[in-house]
Amino acid sequence: MTDATQSAPLRLTGFGKPGVRIDIYVVALLAALGLLWGVAATAFAHDLGMRVMAVELTLFFALGLFGIAFAASKGKLAIDESRYDDELIKVGIFAATFWGVVGMLVGVIIASQLAFPEFLYFKEFGFLNFGRLRPVHTSGVIFAFGGNVLITTSFYVVQRTSRARIFGGLLPWFVTLGWNFLVIVPAATGYVLGVTGGQEYAEPNWISDILITVVWVVYLVTFLGTLWKRKEPHIYVANWFYLAFIVTIAILHLVNNLEVPANVWSSKQYSLMSGVQNAMTQWWYGHNAVGFFLTAGFLGIMYYFVPKRAERPVYSYQLSIIHFWALIFTYMWAGPHHLHYTALPQWVQTLGMTFSIILWMPSWGGMINGLMTLSGAWDKLRTDPVLRMLVTSVAFYGMSTFEGPAMSIRAVNSLSHYTDWTIGHVHSGALGWVGMVSFGALYCMTPWVWKRQRLYSVKLVEVHFWLSTIGILFYITAMWVSGIMQGLMWRAYNEFGFLEYSFVETVKAMKPYYMIRALGGLLFTTGAAIMAYNLWRTAKGDIAAKEPLAAAAEAKAVPAE
Amino acid sequence: MGKREVDDHSGVETTGHEWDGIRELDNPLPRWWLYILYGCIAWAVVYWLVMPAWPMLNDYTHGLKIAALPDTVKVDRIRVDAEVKELQDKRAPMFAKLVATPLDQVKSNPELFQFAQEAGKATFANNCAVCHGAGGQGSKGYPNLADNDWLWDGSYAGIKQTIQYGIRSGDPQERLSQMPHFGVDGLLDATQINNLTDYVMTLSGVKGADPKAAAAGAPLFQEQCSVCHGATGTGDHLQGAPNLTDKIYLYGGTREDIHNQIYNGRGNVMPTWHARLDEGTIDAVTVYVHSLGGGQ
Repeated sequence: MTDATQSAPLRLTGFGKPGVRIDIYVVALLAALGLLWGVAATAFAHDLGMRVMAVELTLFFALGLFGIAFAASKGKLAIDESRYDDELIKVGIFAATFWGVVGMLVGVIIASQLAFPEFLYFKEFGFLNFGRLRPVHTSGVIFAFGGNVLITTSFYVVQRTSRARIFGGLLPWFVTLGWNFLVIVPAATGYVLGVTGGQEYAEPNWISDILITVVWVVYLVTFLGTLWKRKEPHIYVANWFYLAFIVTIAILHLVNNLEVPANVWSSKQYSLMSGVQNAMTQWWYGHNAVGFFLTAGFLGIMYYFVPKRAERPVYSYQLSIIHFWALIFTYMWAGPHHLHYTALPQWVQTLGMTFSIILWMPSWGGMINGLMTLSGAWDKLRTDPVLRMLVTSVAFYGMSTFEGPAMSIRAVNSLSHYTDWTIGHVHSGALGWVGMVSFGALYCMTPWVWKRQRLYSVKLVEVHFWLSTIGILFYITAMWVSGIMQGLMWRAYNEFGFLEYSFVETVKAMKPYYMIRALGGLLFTTGAAIMAYNLWRTAKGDIAAKEPLAAAAEAKAVPAE
Repeated sequence: MGKREVDDHSGVETTGHEWDGIRELDNPLPRWWLYILYGCIAWAVVYWLVMPAWPMLNDYTHGLKIAALPDTVKVDRIRVDAEVKELQDKRAPMFAKLVATPLDQVKSNPELFQFAQEAGKATFANNCAVCHGAGGQGSKGYPNLADNDWLWDGSYAGIKQTIQYGIRSGDPQERLSQMPHFGVDGLLDATQINNLTDYVMTLSGVKGADPKAAAAGAPLFQEQCSVCHGATGTGDHLQGAPNLTDKIYLYGGTREDIHNQIYNGRGNVMPTWHARLDEGTIDAVTVYVHSLGGGQ
C-alpha cells in the first residue's frame, strides 16, 4: 500500500527547479527567525509566562534546526515520490494518542474538582486550579488530540486517495512537529502559568496565535499541493471535507484573534473588538470550530475509514455532494444561538436559531451516508470492534446533531442555556462522535502504516469499546438530569412570586451528578489508556499470546493491498 | 472516468470512480431526508416573516403584525418588561401592607408573616448568604445571625437599621465603631498584649491562660478596653462592642486568635442595602433575620 504509483519518476519536490529544495530553505528560515525571536524574548520578557514560553520555543527552534542539519548530513531528506510518507503518519499517531490520554486525564481531574472542590487545590500556587486546567483540558482534547488526529488522518487519506506522496518534502513535517511543539506545548504551559487570550476555545495568546497561523498556512499549502499533483481524476469526498476544515479554520482563527499585544515582550493582549461585537465574533468562531474542526474534519475521517473498513462502497455520491455544500453554507449562520436572550439583537438570534434548525438534515446527510455504507456488511460489527467503534461514532454524531438544533430553539434554550445540559451535549459529540471516530481511525492506521498483520489485541479493543460506551452514557445521562434540574430550579418561583431556590442550593443539588460524570470520564479515559497500550504493542509488532493470528477475525478486515 | 458497475449486494450502480479501493453508489437523495430539509427551510421562512429577522440598511425586518402575536409576546425587551411588571404587581399589595405594618406586629398576622418570610428568605439567600451562610450561621469574621448574641441591636428596628445603612460602610448613617490596632499602631508593647490576651481568655474561661499574666493584664483591661467592652467585659450593643464573657468569638477563640485581634483590631464591613433593595424587601429580610433564632 505504500507504492504511490508504479510509474512515477523520482522527483525531488513538487515545486521549483528539480533539485532545488525550497521546502528545506523555508523551514530552516522559519526556525532561524523563531530562534532569534526566542533568544530576544527570553532576555526581554515582561512576565514569567512570556519568559517560559520563549525558553521553550527557543529550545524547539534550535532542536528543529539541529534536526534538519543532522538529517541532511545523513542524506535522509531525499524525497522518494514513488512512496507515501508514512513516517509522518507514525509520528502523528503517537502524538494524537499521547495528547488524547493527557487531555482526557485533565478532564477527569477538573470534573473531580467540580464534585470535590478541594481536590488538587493548593492555595500556595495556582497551577492546578480549575480555571487554569479547564483550557488545558479543552485545548488538549480538541486541538492537541483532535488536531493531531485530523492532521495525521488527512495526510494519510489525501496521499492514498490522490495516489501521490504528500506535497512539500519537509513542509508536512513542519506542520506535524510545529503543531505539537510550537503551538500545543507552549500554549499549554502558558495556560497553567495564567497566560490566556481570554476567549473560550481560543485561549492561546497572541504569540501562539501567530505560530498557529504559520503552521496552518503551511498545512494548507501541503494539502492543496498534494491535491494538485494527484493521479486520480476526481477529488475524493473526504478531501473536500478536509479542505473545508483547513480553509475555514484559517478564516475563523484570523478574525476571532484580531488583537493587539500589550507590549511586544508581554504575553498579554487586547482584543480588537469589545462588548456584544466581541461576543458575536467569539461565538461565530466557537460554533464554527464545532462545525469545521469537530464536524467537517471528522466527516473526512468517516468518509475514508468507514467504507475502507467495511469494504463497502459509499452509500450515495449525490447525498455526499448535497450535504457537504448544505453543511458548510448553513453552519456559518448558527453561531448566534449561543447568545440567546443576551444583549445580542433579537433578529440576529432569530437567524442563528432558524439556520440551526435548517442545519439538522445537512448534518444527518453525513450520518446516513456513514450508516448506510454498512448495508451489506452489518455482520462485521459482531466480529470487528474497530468497525463497531466507527459506526457507534456515527450514531452519536446523529444524536448530537439532532440535540443541537433542538437546543438552539429559543424556548428550549431558555431552559438549557448556562446549565450542564450544554456540557452533556458537547460531550455526546466530543466523546461519542469525535472520540470514537478518532479511536477507530487510529486502530485502522496503526497496523497499516507499521505493516502489521493486525492489532496486538482485538480483545482489548473490545474492552475499550465498552468502557467508552458506558463512560459516555454515564456522562451524558448525568448531565441531562443535572442540567434540566438546574434549569428548572433556577426558574422555580413559589406561590408568592419569589425564587424558590438560591443559587447555592442548585449547586448542592448537582453534586451526585458531578460524581457520576467524573466516573464516566474516568471510564472513558481508562479506555483511551488501554488503546495507547494496544497501539504501542501493535507498533512494536507484538501479537497477544491468547489471540493467535489464525483465529483473529480482524485479519480479514485489513484491506488487501 | 472509470466504468460504472452494478453493486452485487444492493443492485445499485456505482459512479465509476474509485479511490484507494473505495467506490461510491449512485443512490438518489433519500426522499424523507429531502422533505424534512424542505420542511425546515419552509418553517424558517415562516418564522422570518413573523419575527424580527433580517438586517436592512438602517433597520431590520420587524415581522408581520399579527393579532395573535402582540409585541408583548414577540419582542424580547417588551416581553421582559411586561413579565417583570406582572411579577411586581403580584407582590405589590403584600409589600404595601408590610411597609404599613410596624415590624413587631407582623408576626401576629399569619398571612403577612408568611409573605415576609418567603420574600426575606429568597432575598437573604441571593444577597446575604454569601457571607452569613445559607442558614445565617455565619463563619469566621461574619456574625452568626441564628443565635441570640448580637454585636449591635437585635431588635426589629436595630436589624433594619443595620441592613439599611451597614456597618463601617461609608454611608452617612452607618454604624461605626473601631477596635484599636493595639499592636500595629504601637499603642501597647508585646508583653502588655500578651498579658491582655491571657486576661481576656479568663473572661470566657478559655483553657491555658497563665494566671500570672492574666493578673497583670487585668488593670490594663480596665484602662484600655472597659470603655467599650464594659468593666466586666460583657460588651455594649450601642457601640457594637462584643461580649467577651461568652464563648462566641467572631474572629476565633484560641489564644492566637485573641492575640491577633488585639494586635490587629480587625473590623469587617457590612454593606448598605437601602440603595439596592426597596423598603418592603428590607422589611422582609428584617423579619426573616429576626426569626432565624435570636431576634430581640
